[in-house]
Amino acid sequence: MNLDSIKDGLWRNNVVFSQMLALCPAMAVTTSGSNGLGMGLATTAVLVCSNMLVAAIRHLVSPQVRIPVFVVLIATLVTVVDLALNAWLHELYKVLGLFIALIVVNCAILGRAEAFASKNTVAAAAVDGLAMGLGFTGALTLIGLIRELVGSGTLFAQASLLLGPGFRFLETTVVADYGGVLLMILPPGGFLVLGLLLAARRAHEMRPVPARRAVSPAPTLA
Amino acid sequence: MNAGFARLRGGLSYQGMSLGLMALVASAALVLANDLTRERIAEAEARDLQAMLAQVLPAGFADNDLLADTSRVGTEGGGRLVYRARRSGQVIGAVFQSSARGYAADITVLVGVDAGGTLLGVRVVKHVETPGLGDKIEVGKSKWILGFDGKSLGTLSVAQWAVKKDGGVFDQFAGATITPRAVVKAVRSGLEFFAAHRDEILAGANAQ
Repeated sequence: MNLDSIKDGLWRNNVVFSQMLALCPAMAVTTSGSNGLGMGLATTAVLVCSNMLVAAIRHLVSPQVRIPVFVVLIATLVTVVDLALNAWLHELYKVLGLFIALIVVNCAILGRAEAFASKNTVAAAAVDGLAMGLGFTGALTLIGLIRELVGSGTLFAQASLLLGPGFRFLETTVVADYGGVLLMILPPGGFLVLGLLLAARRAHEMRPVPARRAVSPAPTLA
Repeated sequence: MNAGFARLRGGLSYQGMSLGLMALVASAALVLANDLTRERIAEAEARDLQAMLAQVLPAGFADNDLLADTSRVGTEGGGRLVYRARRSGQVIGAVFQSSARGYAADITVLVGVDAGGTLLGVRVVKHVETPGLGDKIEVGKSKWILGFDGKSLGTLSVAQWAVKKDGGVFDQFAGATITPRAVVKAVRSGLEFFAAHRDEILAGANAQ
């Protein structure tokens, strides 16, 4: 098990906060915590599958045509997932449907295929996909929760629609009769929250480190 | 990887072949997936539509299958699809869509009326209005849309078919007038459509 890979995906080389990839879906769907979580989980599933497939055929694909091959592979995979969800998990599809289509244009998936899966074994690629996906999920859920809290005064509203009735306990109204801050629900809110989170991350990284502890090397951007 | 394969892989013909093969595999996968899911998706969508239709008609209103009893009425765009509600063969109501331009794009509503042209229910089926402002037209967010029930072209004058700001009877939302105005317009034009084609829609009883 590659621990580095997991740390990379969850924090050091986080898709949103460090690689700055996939900002289009990150801005578009994070109007609430539930939406962010849904998009993140759907992306994670596709990312694990696409990473494994790419790793499996990595020796067969010549470097010159790898990009179109990966693009076709990912687009096909997403379309099949979309159809399958629509047919067999229709209720879930009605909530997630929008997100699935957006995954096709998620550059993080092609990015991982290119930067990691095409150079590693299937197992390593699966771990990388899972870690990156969960890191993405965490980032989206965090942005969504902050926007939802400030924008509409709730947390995880309609989570039961997304995850099933068992998750109703997640739904909380923090401020009753809240007027709402429309700015946070609209796209600018996404940029504001992301900017503030990035600033917080930088501040955390640049904090003075006690001299005795070894400083971990700065993450190199893919 | 042996050297022979590496040389082959670098060649133009291998690259072309691999791209072609990939396209073939992808198309085959899509055809297969589409084939396996088509029927189930059609069923699920029919169920969704059925549930939607049931929302704009009172429970137990009709005893026929509305999805199987449709006709195209009118001239615009090849006719508007009308679902007829019957009880013992007699047409007692109809459900159809109507739309009007909202703030960002068209708002489409599903309108249910009885044979006299009185509204039984209205639901918004498609809109892209501003979240938090214009989306109060959804029944899940606000009861506003239920205010149409029982209204008809007869109970309200033309001037009253408007939001309060324009001298009508329907509430607007704080910060959003265009959206409810569009919904009122869509519902009114739906009722006008029904009034204009009432005989044709009700005559469906004898035609089948």
